[in-house]
Amino acid sequence: MSVWLLLGAALVVAVVVVVALPFLREPAPESDSLLELGAAERERLAAEEERDRALSALRELEADHRAGRISDDDYRGVVGVLRRDAAEALRALDRLDAGREGTSAGSAKSA
Amino acid sequence: MAELGRAALLVTLGLSLYALVAGGAAAALGRRRLALSARNALLASFFSTLVAACVLVAGFVRDDFSLAYVAGHSSRALPLQYKISAFWGGQEGSLLLWLLVLTAYSALAVWFARRRARDLVVWVTPVLGGIAVGFAWLLVAVSSPFDTIAAPADGAGLNPSLQNPYMVIHPVFLYLGYVGLAVPFAFAMGALLARRTDERWIVATRRWTIVAWTTLGVGQLLGAHWAYQEVGWGGYYAWDPVENAALMPWLAATAFLHSVMIQEKRGMLRVWNVTLVSLAFCLSLFGTFLTRSGVVSSIHSFTQSSIGPWFLGFIVITVVFSAAMIWLRLPQLRTTARLESLVSREATFLYNNLLLVALCLTILWGTAWPMVSEAVRGEAVVVGRPYYDFFLRIFGLPLLLLMGIGPLVAWRRASLGGLLRVFAWPAGFALATGVLLIGLGAGSSIPGLIAYTFSVFVLATIALEFVRGTTARRALTGEGVATSFGRLVARNRRRYGGYVVHASVVLLAIGIAGSSAYDSVVEGRLARGDSLGVGGYTLTYRELTERDGPNATEIRAVLDVRRGGDELGTLAAGKNAYSVEQQVSNEVGIRSDLLTGEDLFVIAEQVNEDGTVFFRVFVKPLVNLIWLAGLVFVLGSVIALWPDAREERRLATRYAPVGETRDTPATT
Repeated sequence: MSVWLLLGAALVVAVVVVVALPFLREPAPESDSLLELGAAERERLAAEEERDRALSALRELEADHRAGRISDDDYRGVVGVLRRDAAEALRALDRLDAGREGTSAGSAKSA
Repeated sequence: MAELGRAALLVTLGLSLYALVAGGAAAALGRRRLALSARNALLASFFSTLVAACVLVAGFVRDDFSLAYVAGHSSRALPLQYKISAFWGGQEGSLLLWLLVLTAYSALAVWFARRRARDLVVWVTPVLGGIAVGFAWLLVAVSSPFDTIAAPADGAGLNPSLQNPYMVIHPVFLYLGYVGLAVPFAFAMGALLARRTDERWIVATRRWTIVAWTTLGVGQLLGAHWAYQEVGWGGYYAWDPVENAALMPWLAATAFLHSVMIQEKRGMLRVWNVTLVSLAFCLSLFGTFLTRSGVVSSIHSFTQSSIGPWFLGFIVITVVFSAAMIWLRLPQLRTTARLESLVSREATFLYNNLLLVALCLTILWGTAWPMVSEAVRGEAVVVGRPYYDFFLRIFGLPLLLLMGIGPLVAWRRASLGGLLRVFAWPAGFALATGVLLIGLGAGSSIPGLIAYTFSVFVLATIALEFVRGTTARRALTGEGVATSFGRLVARNRRRYGGYVVHASVVLLAIGIAGSSAYDSVVEGRLARGDSLGVGGYTLTYRELTERDGPNATEIRAVLDVRRGGDELGTLAAGKNAYSVEQQVSNEVGIRSDLLTGEDLFVIAEQVNEDGTVFFRVFVKPLVNLIWLAGLVFVLGSVIALWPDAREERRLATRYAPVGETRDTPATT
């Protein structure tokens, strides 16, 4: 058997160990299920994306107007809509937070 | 040694298959350890592929001609740098390079996204594993670089046109681009499989997409420079099918990079974005298929091979899979946001997208036409340069103009009056330049004149952008000009990096217009002492020299160059005769004027036994702006790519619930 074949065999052993590592490190874990986002977490993630999008649009509009890229008329035509969007996104997040706190308090009471 | 190479490739195939099957099962059944195991298999597949690549490099460096691939693409006399680049000089090595880059990208992308997009990575792993299976299978079962033969005394050598410094790096950059598009594709498909249509797949792949797009762009420019210097026909882009094959995914990726901004800013175009990213990846596969299958006649198709049907099958599977995923997830991809006005930034980005995709599909139709016509009529009809040039003007010139308009239009809606005020100065400056150019005689080419006028408009808007931004920042902070400028760019890297990239495209447009619309050419057979004139230059054929290079005999015709009354030195053009390869290559002479960007380009078409030489001489105005555009393009991309700590913190906070709050065990 050539040294190259032996090296090939060593490579096979090494990768088998690497692939088996999660099972070797945790032969009997408490839980083997994957992280799954619940409906509430997904809703919050979407709301945070919406909030960031609205605030970023508002910041960009302000910067563009300040730099003279956007005329006063165009600025006035859009800024109100963006402020409403941002306020709505923040309110949606607040509602979600309030709902979560309510659920947590309810869970704590029942416990 | 071949045994180790073969074993390593077999291991890669096994690991990729495991990542596909076990990764898919883990994602579907929700098994955490199995998912980690599949991800480890993907990481390990890079190392096993690296072992195979090292074995092949060692084969070339040690002149191990018992490897059929080494014997077919190298020789003892070949300089070391070309022995190494011979790795990707043929089909088997190119496929191995594809697999090596793919597994490297896969390992890095999956590793870096393991926290922020943990639930996505679970689905991305089998997609990347599936792509790797396709290439590993080709290398193991169809086209192995480790087939052995009875070692000949010397190898067959390397195609002389590949013995050029650009060929050492051009294919690597091209493959970094082609293969890099697999990452955004895999994350997009992973997001669809996982039913996660939020922005995380975009955030996770933003930099990978820019890296792939940049390297693909740089790879094409390096290839153009190689063609310019080495192929010896006086041009840099010939609409060759394989050149088109690299351009098409780049155009699709350019459209994606713009449309993805609309999704980030307005939450729109989700279906369009996953379609574009799939199109870009499928076109990159198509590009590899064209290069390696031998279905089209091209200067780049160095081999005719049997991988065509396999590759075509792989492309069909990818197209069907991505189309099915998009179709199945249409309900989740739909959004409520709508285009509010046809005069808005998102609308201009949409026009930009439509033009880019139209140009891309037009090129695809022209490239595929020989195959289609052969299948339908039994005769391959090649589409010529006029077809491509026509559509480049039709779609390219409006694209150039939109580059100047788009970034300065407000999101959602803008008034025509406001636009006129914002664009008054750049438009006035561009029109004045256009009139001046007509006075200078540039009106001989209408497309060239339009390209120059639009280019001036875009450059003026970009310059004005930097001035306005810096002035506004100074007014707000009281900083000095340099500090204000630096911080302006540092805090808006994507925006200002984008402007620098736009400036590079303008340089490219000026270089292409100048060198193609306003070039001069003259040809003639000269005896010693004879002269010819072109574009203000006078060239006098002085002598013919011959010397032995490392692996070729180098014959050069030396010419004295004058312009007006100035002696500009000598220029040598000729042929290299490669003894091992039994081939002759053209070696052109180029004199670049870095001040004007102009090249004097000499081809010694035919060296006759009586000492006369048939020359073809070009004067190419502004051609060096094309290469300068490459440097500016890289600078802009690096600015856009550079990590922004504030942005990273914001994203870390936003995505904390996905990765950190519900703790999962260690990542090994």
